Parts: sequence; C-alpha cells; structure tokens
Amino acid sequence: MSEMSNEQFLLKINNIKTHFFTKRGIVPAVDGVTIEIPYGKIIGIVGESGCGKSVTSLSVLGLLQRPGKTVEGSIEFNGRNLLQLNKAQMRKLRGNEISMIFQEPMTSLNPVYTVGKQVSEAITIHENISKEEAKSKVIEIFKNVGIPEAEKRFNAYPHQLSGGLRQRVMIGMAMSCSPKLLIADEPTTALDVTIEAQILHLMRELRDKNHTSIMMITHNLGVVAEICDYVYVMYAGKVMEQTDINELFEKPCHPYTEGLMRSIPRIHSKNTRLYSIKGVVPNLLKLPKGCRFSPRCDKATKKCFTQEPELYKIDNNHSVRCFLYENGVR
Amino acid sequence: MSECTETVTEIEEYDIESEIAENDNIFYKIKNMIRTNKVAAISGLLIIFIIIVAIFAPVFAPHDPYAIDLLSRLKGPSAEHLLGTDELGRDVLSRIIYGSRVSLFVGLVPTLLSMIIGTVLGLISGYFGGKIDFVIMRLADVVLAFPSLLLAMVIMYTLGASTFNLFIALTIINWAGTARVVRSQAMSLKEKEFIEAAKSIGVKDSVIMFKHLLPNCLPSLIVLFTTNIPGAILSEANLSFLGVGAQPPEASWGLMVNNGKKFLFTNPIVALAPGIAILIIVLTFNFLGDGLRDAIDPYMKE
Repeated sequence: MSEMSNEQFLLKINNIKTHFFTKRGIVPAVDGVTIEIPYGKIIGIVGESGCGKSVTSLSVLGLLQRPGKTVEGSIEFNGRNLLQLNKAQMRKLRGNEISMIFQEPMTSLNPVYTVGKQVSEAITIHENISKEEAKSKVIEIFKNVGIPEAEKRFNAYPHQLSGGLRQRVMIGMAMSCSPKLLIADEPTTALDVTIEAQILHLMRELRDKNHTSIMMITHNLGVVAEICDYVYVMYAGKVMEQTDINELFEKPCHPYTEGLMRSIPRIHSKNTRLYSIKGVVPNLLKLPKGCRFSPRCDKATKKCFTQEPELYKIDNNHSVRCFLYENGVR
Repeated sequence: MSECTETVTEIEEYDIESEIAENDNIFYKIKNMIRTNKVAAISGLLIIFIIIVAIFAPVFAPHDPYAIDLLSRLKGPSAEHLLGTDELGRDVLSRIIYGSRVSLFVGLVPTLLSMIIGTVLGLISGYFGGKIDFVIMRLADVVLAFPSLLLAMVIMYTLGASTFNLFIALTIINWAGTARVVRSQAMSLKEKEFIEAAKSIGVKDSVIMFKHLLPNCLPSLIVLFTTNIPGAILSEANLSFLGVGAQPPEASWGLMVNNGKKFLFTNPIVALAPGIAILIIVLTFNFLGDGLRDAIDPYMKE
C-alpha cells in the first residue's frame, strides 16, 4: 500500500478523531484512524460491534449526528478535504461522488413511495433530466443490478419486495449517479447467505465495470475473504492491523486478528467448543491503560498494560499495532 | 370451533400479493374499519348527513331562523314548530339547522389552520432539534400551561368577539398539541435508515421534511384531525355560551343554550335541543376519530 503514490488514492482518511461529547464524558469512538482507499479497490474494515467502523464511514459522509464531531485529522477525497466543505458542497458530493448502502434493506427505503420514484429522486437531485428520462434510466439501473421484471418493479412499494430485492434497489440507488466511492455498511448482514453471495458478486461486478472504489464495513470475515482487496482490522476506535487479503488469512499477526480468525467455525476442526475472545469490548469512556486490547489478550506482557503500541510495519503491505512486532520481526 | 373453520376458508381465499399490497394502504384500512366498526361507520354517515344539512340549510329549515314572532313566544313542540319556539318566537329547529353551519365551520377551519401550523412547527422542531426545538417546544408549553378555555377567553376579550377572532383564538390554543405529536413522530422517524439514506444521496433538509417525514406522519394527523374537531366545536359552544363567541342574533348552538337557560324550568326544550345537537356532533366526531385511530394505528390493535 505504502509504495503507491498519493495520486493513486481516491480517499485518504488521515488520523481522524471522531468524538462523542456526552454528559458522562467524551467518547473517542474513532481515535486516530488512517485509512487509504485506492481507485477501483475494495477495502474491508473489520471489527466487532462498537469498534468505530460505522462512525468512520459517517465521518466521511459528514452525516454525524450531535453530539458526535470529527475533532482532528483530515479526510481527503480526490484532493479535497471533506472536513472543510460547507453543508451545501457536502450535499452535492453525497450521492453524486460518494454514496452509501445501509445495513437494513427493510428500513432504508421510505415505505410511502414506490422504489422507482425513490431511485428517480436520487437521479434528479444531481442530474437535470426529465421524468421520463429518469424513469428509463431507473429501469436500466434495475436491470443492471439484477432486478427481474424491472418495469413492473418500478411501481412496487418497498414492502412488496423481498430483502434481497430491496438491497438491490438500494445498491441501484447508490450507484445511480456512478459515484467514485461506495460505502457499504454491512450490506449483507440482514440477508441470507445465498442472497449475500449474489449481492457481493453484484458489487464486485459493478466495481469492475465502473471502477468504483468500495469501502466495505463488515464484521463478517467470510465477506472480507469473498470480496476485499485490502483489510483494516479495527478495535475500540483504532486500527489494529492492516494488510492485504491473502496475508490476513495466511498469517494474521495481531492477537486480536488471530482471535477473530479462530472464532470462525470450521467444519473439520476436532475441537467441539468454538473459540471466543474472552471479555468484552471495553467501555470507551474507561479505556484500559496501555494497549486497548491488553485486558483480553493472551499474549499481553507487562509493557502492554502501561504503554500504548504504535502501528509497526512488518512488511510493505502489512502493519500491526502490537509490541510483539515492535522490531519488525514476527 | 367456528373460528377455526372461518380461518381455513380465509386461508383458501388468501391472495398473498394483493393482501400485502392492500394491508398497508390507508384506504384499505378505512374500508376495513367501516366493515368491522359499526359505531364509527354510523358516526361517519351521521357526519355526512350533518354536513349536507348545513350546506343546504335553507332547504331543510322549515322557517326563517331570524324571523321574530312575538305572538308565539316559548311555544312547546307542535306540528308547525317541531321543537317549539324561543323567547322571541323564532323556530328552534330552524335555528339548530342554521347553527350547524357555525359549528361545522368552527370545527373544521380553525382545526385545519392549527394543524397546518402545528405540523410545520412540529416537523421543524423534531427534525432539526437543538435550539430551534427548544424555542418551539417552550412556546408550546406556554400555550399548554394555560387552561385552553381561559386562554381563548382572554384572546377573545382582547381582540373582540367575532367569528374571525374566534378562529384566531381556537388556532392559537390548538396548534401546540399537534406540534407535540408531529415532533415526536419526526424525532423517531428521522432516526430511521431511509432518512439517513435520503441524506446520503444528497436530499435537502426541506425536501426530507415535507416529502419523507410528512407522508409518514399522515395517518396520525388524520386521526388527530377528527379528534380535534369536537374539541373546537365544544370550545366554540363554550365561548358563545359565555358571551364571547358568536354574537346574537347569529344562530350558534352555544348561544342558544345560553339564551335557553333562563327558561330551563318553564320551557326546557329551548336549551336542551341545541345542547343535544352539540352532544351528537361531538360524539359522532369522537367515535369516528376513535375508529380511525384503531384502524390506522397498528399499536392499538389487539
């Protein structure tokens, strides 16, 4: 990753800190995260619930709700710092250059409008075209994302479609203005596995066709294996490990990543009991001293409980935030 | 057992696609309500009847409601005057028929006005939150803190008694309730993913408010509308009874009760007839509102 020059990155999230200012204290949901997304690649962001994956994506889109605020860092998209854009500029960007797919296809469509009308709306906001043109474009998009009987589905209400079809509509809507970046926030979590495979296949196809970069947020390592080129593993608001997809599965380095790998059920394993990482994600208001993962880590040493590790580079494409790799050795 | 056989036949006739499509449709729900809730259906019919009578009052009224006939004062019911005459010899039935115009007008117009204002303020308040929300909601609190009748009386005394001012007074006392309902709906709706999705494709705030939030609030607004109308009608009757609403010689039911109270023991029908008219119109709107609420609000179903 690092050998690439700056121009190759569509999105550079530079050391951003997004904090939630609550009555009980400041919650550092994203605490110094750097993520780089090259053109036409699918980047996975993996982690448990509450590790800051979704907050990172919302920071990129500028859709953070009070009391959340990005207090530090920069988000460079195509050479522009998104954090410095005003509301109107941001709105123009959304849907047009960056769009997002959400987790719940059941609730991400407005129940009172037909799906055709909603996708047309997405198009007419950013493009100055007539209703008929928009309609024919929507039907074409529906065909592209594999919706059968697209003409008929144009007039369907969301509740008349299955979860898979709705997610296809959402993807169609997100892709309607051919964005440069697509943020997918657990797009397949609510779908069953056969539909999941189809949706992932569709996303990869769209990437190949339009050269769209995709930021794939998931907690499912199977999805990562299926679709991603490069992976960031996040834990409690920090990137713990970043590596390309083959390395991740061949030699996961960080004890947390290892734990994640071991907790995937395997059909041939002789152990009857599935491994699980002990403990729970720490309360972000009361982060442990030293390494955030230390209380749950099997390999933690004294140093881990007092000092915070940095991201140590162990390979060109592989960095780990763990003292085990402090000297670059494994 | 009979229930069991019923369900079986129902399943046989089940057309899944059209069922799903229609179940969420508001017209389907209303149709269903008419079929199952007889009280609400009859109330609806009565309201339609009252509206027709009010519109064609000159056709239905047997006499001129303002024609004074001092020779036949305070007569009991007779063939000529079905509900008798009042202290000036005017036909009570005709006055009630003409009075329905005032009641319906006062029931509908200020309710509509207050709901428009309340909806817009509620949407703004719920969607944006923060300082705007605080200001609007404290304003609503001020209105709601006063007994509404007292507040209306104060406004009427200050502005002077006229039908137009009555509208203003009733609008001022009624908007806050609507604003609160719409605000809470907007607050829960704006957290839904389709609103976030709309934002993520770059939809403007104003468009989100009126195109995405408002249609989703509509079912509760319809219910609120029908339940607010009787309140407005009662307020008008109250204010007219207290002498700050409609002014004589206008035929308003509240005013007629007020005039009739002097003869409550000698000729009770003069006060009772308009009183019963108020009772009927308020009850029918209430029953219809309840029926609509049960039909539309999914949480009210057993």
